[in-house]
Amino acid sequence: MTTQYLILSGLLFAIGAMGVLIRRNAIVVFMCVELMLNACNLAFVTFARQVGNLEGQIIAFFVMVVAAAEVVVGLAIIVTIFRTRRSASVDDANLLKY
Amino acid sequence: MESPVEIVQHTAGGVIGLSWLMIVLPLLGAAILLVLGRKTNRWGHLLGVAMSLASFVVAVLGFFALIGLPDDQRRQAVHLYEFIPGMVDMGLLIDPLSISFALLITGVGSLIHIYSIGYMAHDPDRRRFFAYLNLFVAAMLLLVLSDNYVGLFIGWEGVGLASYLLIGFWQFKPSAAVAAKKAFIVNRVGDFGLLVGMFIIWTSFGTLAFGDLGAKVNGVQDGTTLAIGLLLLLGACGKSAQLPLQSWLLDAMEGPTPVSALIHAATMVTAGVYLVVRSGAFFFPEGSTAALAVAIVGAATLLAGAIIGCAKDDIKKGLAGSTMSQIGYMMLGAGLGPAGYAFAIGHLITHGFFKADMFLGAGSVMHGMNDEVNMRKYGGLRKYMPITFVTFIVGYLAIIGFPLLSGYFTKDGIIETAVHHQPVLGWLAVAGAGITGFYMSRMIFMTFFGEKRWDADAHPHESPAVMTVPLIILSIGSIFLGGYLILSNTLMKFLAPAVGRPTDLPVFHFASVPGLATLALVAVGAGFAWFRYGRAEVPVVAPRGSFVTTFARRDLYGDALNESLFMRPGQWLTRIAVFFDNRGIDGVVNGLAAGIGGTSGRLRRLQTGFARTYALSILIGAALLTGALLLVGNI
Amino acid sequence: MGEAITFWVLAVVSVGAALGMVFNRKAVYSALMLGTVMLCLAVMYAVQDAPFLAAVQIIVYTGAVMMLFLFVLMLVGVDSTDSLVETLKGQRFWAAIAGLGFAALIVLAVGNVVFAEPAGLAAATAQGGYIRSIALLLFTKYVFAFEVTSALLITAALGAMVLAHRERLTEKVTQKDLSRARFLSDQPSPLPGPGTYASGNAIDMPARLPDGTVAETSVNRYIARFDVEQGHLPEDPALAEAIKHSAEEESK
Repeated sequence: MTTQYLILSGLLFAIGAMGVLIRRNAIVVFMCVELMLNACNLAFVTFARQVGNLEGQIIAFFVMVVAAAEVVVGLAIIVTIFRTRRSASVDDANLLKY
Repeated sequence: MESPVEIVQHTAGGVIGLSWLMIVLPLLGAAILLVLGRKTNRWGHLLGVAMSLASFVVAVLGFFALIGLPDDQRRQAVHLYEFIPGMVDMGLLIDPLSISFALLITGVGSLIHIYSIGYMAHDPDRRRFFAYLNLFVAAMLLLVLSDNYVGLFIGWEGVGLASYLLIGFWQFKPSAAVAAKKAFIVNRVGDFGLLVGMFIIWTSFGTLAFGDLGAKVNGVQDGTTLAIGLLLLLGACGKSAQLPLQSWLLDAMEGPTPVSALIHAATMVTAGVYLVVRSGAFFFPEGSTAALAVAIVGAATLLAGAIIGCAKDDIKKGLAGSTMSQIGYMMLGAGLGPAGYAFAIGHLITHGFFKADMFLGAGSVMHGMNDEVNMRKYGGLRKYMPITFVTFIVGYLAIIGFPLLSGYFTKDGIIETAVHHQPVLGWLAVAGAGITGFYMSRMIFMTFFGEKRWDADAHPHESPAVMTVPLIILSIGSIFLGGYLILSNTLMKFLAPAVGRPTDLPVFHFASVPGLATLALVAVGAGFAWFRYGRAEVPVVAPRGSFVTTFARRDLYGDALNESLFMRPGQWLTRIAVFFDNRGIDGVVNGLAAGIGGTSGRLRRLQTGFARTYALSILIGAALLTGALLLVGNI
Repeated sequence: MGEAITFWVLAVVSVGAALGMVFNRKAVYSALMLGTVMLCLAVMYAVQDAPFLAAVQIIVYTGAVMMLFLFVLMLVGVDSTDSLVETLKGQRFWAAIAGLGFAALIVLAVGNVVFAEPAGLAAATAQGGYIRSIALLLFTKYVFAFEVTSALLITAALGAMVLAHRERLTEKVTQKDLSRARFLSDQPSPLPGPGTYASGNAIDMPARLPDGTVAETSVNRYIARFDVEQGHLPEDPALAEAIKHSAEEESK
């Protein structure tokens, strides 16, 4: 089953990456990032069982905690941007360029 | 032939020990006048004269102290201080040669100082003028009194500086400013020769002191000494306006007339002769190639100067041509070894007197004629300026070599020695004397005789006593000095400790073949001048003249030659360099900059500011990296 | 066998939900889809001998993080749907290429590996069971990372507060001020409710004033715009005019 789990993880990761590239709504982009993180967690858990120790699960746990912190800060930033620009589109914040 | 005696270190005090005062006094005068500026306007000229006179007094006392010593003690070195440790000790060399020059410089210089009081009376910058005159005297004294080439060179440059300042004294006149610049630049060429010569002396012999050089060179003549000799000759040519560096002297007449008298007749231009005579024992011994080169340069210049003098209507430029010519005689004499030295120095001294006399006379004429210099607008001035006329006539007779006057003895000495040693050059000098007779007579006839050709507003009058008294003193020198110096070989004996002398002292023949030929030619020249300018009417506007006249009027095309040989190629070179700089170097630099700028201008479009574009490139990069890892891992 | 069935059901659901999340125009739907994926993953963790992580996944992700997402969505505005028009040239094409290529690479890489039978966690959890083993690792080997994580959480909380905080630029308006402003204005009384004196009392029906004129302020402008867009305009031209005007005000 390990192979199937890993392939599922890769698919979810790729879908999340595509979502990041395609979607313009910053919140949805954020959701896609979360999906990518979850896909990684699945791979960690799968490998933990495959090699037979708990370290993979510990790492997955830390990823979750860090992701939670990241979501908090990221969403705060989105709210701040939305407050000033009345827009949550990632394309609107494009002044930092040539 | 006798060699110069050894230089002895001066130990006791006395006047010789104080000879540095000669240099310091006028230098102090210049410093005071320049530093205090306008505050000294009222009495500045008097201070300048006083300093010059004081220097003259020191020189006279030094002279008497020197002749009080036995012959083998007559070269006194006065050590002053260590200038460049281990290389140059600054010191003065008081010997007959240098004291002769010092007497000439301070004596004639003082007379010219006094004369300038009257001549510059109406110039608002008279004080500055006297400061420069003092500076000049100090520099020239340093040049002749220094006991080594470094000190000589400092004086040499100081003289060049003072000359620049004085020629361009009326710097509001563009012609004066240009003339000053020209003099300075042409002198630089000569200075370059002197400098390189000094470098070679130092590397070859390890000393620059006159006292040590005799033993180091020890009479050996080879390629090195020849090279040094020619380089020193180049320096001498620059300072003495000898061919091919003569072009500055005629333009230098833009300065006030006392400057022409002091610098361009009596003293500065003689520095080249001094250099050759001073270095004679080391680098220009009798019969050497370098000495022959000196003599040839002298002969060529004396002819060139005489020819130029024939065509000039400007009285000062005519005298300047004559100066070139007379310095040419001195160089010719200096190129003949110890036999010629005495005559060269003698002619130098007498020329200092009669040329200063004539220049100051010309200044006196100009003073009375509203600064008119064109001789075609003079005529018949003898009745209006009797003293000037008489003194000028004395100078004239001296320079053409009228029997028993100063110039007769000294110039005839040079000519006879030259005929004896270098017959070709000697007879050229005879011919030069004939031309001298012509152009000097022409000057006299055009200025003092004939009809009045003045402008309407000219009111010729005699100059004040402060100007005529120096003229009288100078003309007295012009009459008697030559006979005194030459007849019983007084000067030759006096100079012998410094420059050596021939074993057989020459006897002055009043009826030698070259002497009589010279007199005859001078008479012919003067007669021809009378025929053209005394008897006939002198046209106010210069006639076009023949090709030869134009040739002479244009200074033998010296300026044109310099221009086409040096200036034009230089201009082309700079233009090519500018073109290359603009198109080549600037092109590469600008092209590179434009290339980088253009490339970055296009590359920066990649920075769109859209986070999604960046994310896309990250993902593509990650995918490519994963693919590469898979390939490398050979999975 | 049981695990295989579970896996295949959950795999299909999670991939479908993931795709739905990416391609749904409405952000709220996307959030719900993401929740689905997370729940599926939680079950998979449980199946793969990771009950602790399954619990954490549900509590932290589905419980906290998803709530936060929805909360922010409400703040930003749920009504806005994303436009489907791609503004960046070639972005979709290249994103698809890169995404599919990446997925293909991973499938290729993982598919080529032959895994042995999973070792299982029996050995790792032999000492005192699963939870005790996890706790042992967390509080011994990874204690330092654990403490740093707690610091990170505190920092994140503070950061979020700082970022979302807004300085008050004006004096706080008290009820007294509001009351004074109201009585000084042209209309001290409450705004007229919708439908007053009108033919109907629907919320989108403007009120009529006693003189018979239409009171524009009685209709919510957002509703007015909705009416104009959907064509729900009353027959009375005066009322329709008022709604249109109100909708125009809203669009500004």
